[in-house]
Amino acid sequence: MHSDPAEIKKSIRTYGIVGGLLLVFTVITVAVNQVHLAVPMAITVALIIATMKGSMVAAVFMHLSHERMWIYGALVLTVIGFIILMTVPSFTNMDHIGTPIRVAAPAAEHGAVH
Amino acid sequence: MEIPYTVEPRPDSGLANGKLGIWLFLASEVMLFGALFSTYILLRVGAVEWPHGELSVKLGAINTVILILSSVTMVVAWAQLKMNNFSKGRMYVIITAVLALVFLVNKYFEYADHFSRGEGPWHSTFLAIYFTLTGLHGLHILGGIAVMAYLAGPGARLWKRNPDQYTNRVEYTGLYWHFVDLVWIFLFPVLYLL
Repeated sequence: MHSDPAEIKKSIRTYGIVGGLLLVFTVITVAVNQVHLAVPMAITVALIIATMKGSMVAAVFMHLSHERMWIYGALVLTVIGFIILMTVPSFTNMDHIGTPIRVAAPAAEHGAVH
Repeated sequence: MEIPYTVEPRPDSGLANGKLGIWLFLASEVMLFGALFSTYILLRVGAVEWPHGELSVKLGAINTVILILSSVTMVVAWAQLKMNNFSKGRMYVIITAVLALVFLVNKYFEYADHFSRGEGPWHSTFLAIYFTLTGLHGLHILGGIAVMAYLAGPGARLWKRNPDQYTNRVEYTGLYWHFVDLVWIFLFPVLYLL
C-alpha cells in the first residue's frame, strides 16, 4: 500500500476510473437481461460480469493487488471453505436416506404366478 | 497500557493486528453468505418452477449504483486521511454513511411494496430466500452505518491523539464496506435478473 502523497493522489484517480467501470458493467448487466437470453446463457453472462466487478472491488478498493502474504494465506483458506460450502448441495443428491428400496422378486415366486 | 501493533506492523506477519483481524472476520463472513448462496442454489435447482420478474430491477440497479459510489467515497476517505486531510477524509466517511442510508430507504420502499401485497417471506420459497439474503445484507449495511457514524462523530477525536490509528480504523471499516458492496454485486444479478 502506498504512503507517498503523490502516489496516493494517483490512486484516487484509479479509484474514480474503477468506480466508473463498475457503473458501466452494472448497465451492461441490466442491458443483457433485457435481451432475454436462454437461462443457462443468462446465468453464465451475469455471473461472469459479477465476478469481474467483484475482482475489481477486491483488487483495487480492498488493495488485494498488493497485499502481504498473511492476507493471501487467509484468503486461500476462505476460498477452500467457500468451495466446500458450494459443493454441499451436491452431497444431498448422493444421499439416499428416505428413498424407498426396491427389492427384486425371487424368480421362483415370479414363475408361480404365471 | 498501550495495545501493541495497532499502528506499527508485527515483525512476524508484517501487518498491524487490526488488518489481519478484519480479514479473518471477512473470511467468516464469506462462510456465512456462502452458506446462504449454497442454500439458494439448492432451492433453485430443486424447484419445479422459479418466479421471474417479481422484483423491481430499477430499484435493484439504483441500489447497486449507490453501493458502488459509496465504495468509491469510502476508499477516497482513507486516501484523504493518508494525505493528512482530516476534514476531507471525515467528509467522505459522512458521504458514505449517507449513501448507505439512501440504500436502506430504497430497500424499505421495496420491502413495503411486497408486504402491502401480502408477499412476505412466507409467501414462496423465492421470497423466503430473498428476504433472508437481503435482510442479512441490510443488517450489514446498518452495522456499517453505525461504525461510520462513530468514526465521523465521537471516534474522530482519535485523530488528534493518534492520526495513524484513526486512518487504520477507517481503512478496516472500508475493507468491511467493500465486502458488503461485493456481496451486493452478486446478490443483484442472482435475485433480480436471473
